Amino acid sequence: MSKDWPLWEVFVRSKGGLSHRHVGSVHAPDGEIAIRHARDTYTRRMEGVSLWVVPSASIIASDPADDGPMFEPAEDKIYRHPTFYDIPDGITHI
Amino acid sequence: MDQALFQYVLRLGDDGLILGQRLSEWTGHAPSVEVDLSLANMALDLIGQATHFLHYAGQIEGQGRDGDALAFRRDVMDFGNCVLVEQPNGDFAQTMARQFLFSTWQKMLLERLIGSKDELIASVAAKSVKEVTYHQELSEEWVVRLGDGTAESHRRMAAGLDWMWRFIPELFEMDSVGEEMLARGIGADPASFRADYDRKLLAVLDQATLEAPKDQRPILGGRRGHHSEHLGHLLCAMQFLPRTYPDAKW
Repeated sequence: MSKDWPLWEVFVRSKGGLSHRHVGSVHAPDGEIAIRHARDTYTRRMEGVSLWVVPSASIIASDPADDGPMFEPAEDKIYRHPTFYDIPDGITHI
Repeated sequence: MDQALFQYVLRLGDDGLILGQRLSEWTGHAPSVEVDLSLANMALDLIGQATHFLHYAGQIEGQGRDGDALAFRRDVMDFGNCVLVEQPNGDFAQTMARQFLFSTWQKMLLERLIGSKDELIASVAAKSVKEVTYHQELSEEWVVRLGDGTAESHRRMAAGLDWMWRFIPELFEMDSVGEEMLARGIGADPASFRADYDRKLLAVLDQATLEAPKDQRPILGGRRGHHSEHLGHLLCAMQFLPRTYPDAKW
């Protein structure tokens, strides 16, 4: 049966204030059942407070063949990392 | 011993235990891995509720039996679950028909038991009603989807409801145990939500493009230990290990 059902990508917000994170995917006949399946598959151990599901077919992905032009130009631009600042003592979570 | 309270709590526990065992039979066999998890989650919720009620029943009885002893060392005539929950799984539509009829009733019952004068019943009801609300919604959604799906799913959903329909009247039956619990402010009167229950069923069936099955001869008696042939077979599988290896440990 599941091969007849479309695939949905699942995003879980683990607690208020954090963003939803991709955790995996489920098969389901429609969005409402996909939310149920996501709840039963990915939040049964208190992993989340909010769920999104998105039809996998709606995701537009970058082409692995374009990895060179897409991602390599960033490799030698170390000045884009904010590592040239002195962080004062007592500042945490950076 | 408080005989009426013992029987009442035992019935609440047996409903959850037997339906939980039935649902767990799907594990590894469901139509998809997601549905497998849904059914196993529901089974665990129900067995968790049964654990609370059966342990409490053992305390009320005061003969040294705990929840495990009540679950695994009673014979079929001593079970007080309704006949609906012991019905075979059949196909997925039949399982969802059983779940929808039971969870809709159980949710309405638990909502009332939250106000029970018995502290343990009230607190287990308050915790369980959230789980059961989910069971009710999920089974309702499947009834609608299968009923209003393909010609085959419609036929199967109608057949599943037709199988389960004759067990509804028992859910609303009252006897001396129920009357006493009601009078003492411990139990709930199922008659108080019968109209809501019927309305809910008809609304969902309408959405599912299904007709209510014709009224059939009701099957009653589970609360008094008169069960269908199916319960004995279920208990064989459920009780085999603890009866063969008493007090076995992991």
